[in-house]
Amino acid sequence: MKAKTTDLRKGLAVLLAIGVISSATYLIAADHIDAPAVTGKASDITDFYAFESPSNSSNLVFVVNTQGLLAPTATAAAAFDSDVMLEVNIDNSSNKDNMEDLVLQVTFENGKVQVYGPVAPIEKGLNSTLVTTGYKVESDISTYAGSPMTGEANGIKVFAGPRDDPFFFDLDQYKKVIAGTATGFNNPGTDTFAGTNVMSVVIELPKSLLGSGPINAWATTNRKN
Amino acid sequence: MKLKYVNLLAVGALIALGACNNDDDATPMPVTYVQEDQMARPAINTVFVSAGDKDTFNGTIPSAQNAAFGTKFKDRLLALNPGYTTNLLGLDAATFTGVLSTDVLSVALSGATTFYDGTHVLTGRKLNDDVITVELILLFGGPDATANPMLTDDHVDANDKGFLDTFPYLATPH
Repeated sequence: MKAKTTDLRKGLAVLLAIGVISSATYLIAADHIDAPAVTGKASDITDFYAFESPSNSSNLVFVVNTQGLLAPTATAAAAFDSDVMLEVNIDNSSNKDNMEDLVLQVTFENGKVQVYGPVAPIEKGLNSTLVTTGYKVESDISTYAGSPMTGEANGIKVFAGPRDDPFFFDLDQYKKVIAGTATGFNNPGTDTFAGTNVMSVVIELPKSLLGSGPINAWATTNRKN
Repeated sequence: MKLKYVNLLAVGALIALGACNNDDDATPMPVTYVQEDQMARPAINTVFVSAGDKDTFNGTIPSAQNAAFGTKFKDRLLALNPGYTTNLLGLDAATFTGVLSTDVLSVALSGATTFYDGTHVLTGRKLNDDVITVELILLFGGPDATANPMLTDDHVDANDKGFLDTFPYLATPH
């Protein structure tokens, strides 16, 4: 099993390196490389997680991962984009209208990550304006080789940098099923995402800053005008 | 009266213009952005949105997604599983895809936060949640999760690296 995983890693890395897989047509789950306009860009979100902090039950953790299927050899060169703002949108209204009442806004500049909020957005919908008047926490962006860097202010923590992709799925077999060349999954399956990395942003904050739950939440990436 | 207001407006406009043209002004111009990608629940765009619609879906806000994509999601579900009746949550095709086509993640602020742990349903998403198997069961497993057994589990049950107990929780890169 371990040997198989290692072989797949190498195989995947080789395939990516020589460009056999056309990323534009290679459908990736969860949302890895899901759409032509963002494929291969820092704005391509792969996964969104929201969970109670394993180390403090008063806190919630948001994870937004981008730039999926990074081979280890490609990870040191991967970077966030200073023209892309990452946003966690939070609907804490009682009627759940799925419009954002609070936002966490994440920007990247000169090797640093900044998180603004949670704060009420200036405008809701497709356009976003950076709100710099509320909470702010900053950290160095972690590097591939270095130890993880984190920042904390007002009980809000941030990490930004390369991490193992936490997603797992036998995507290749799923594609065969959908294409009609297989009738089902294998047991054991093969994790298509084993051995690959993502560019990750992790934010932990007091639940009390999010209003009363349950909330509806979603992640967006947004390009500077 | 009117004239006074006009004068005030004119003064205000001059002040505003002055502020914009003053390089030394301490107040920065607002920085604005336009949405480029969006996601909440895992694999929704990948599974339910056709190749030609993927960018449009990412550029649609959640409150507008059901109206724009609800019928397409239902058609896609019935194409993937023509035998679909209801699923483990008791949802018929229209109700299930109605929920899925508004791509937000419901998150509890008290109690368990999990995609599905046998008891709690859609109260968040943990790193180790086997979200794909949950989604496969809801897509293919029928009302009691026993239909299409070859399609309801990809038999990849965990990540290839263990998660950390402390911030930032995700494992170090490969």
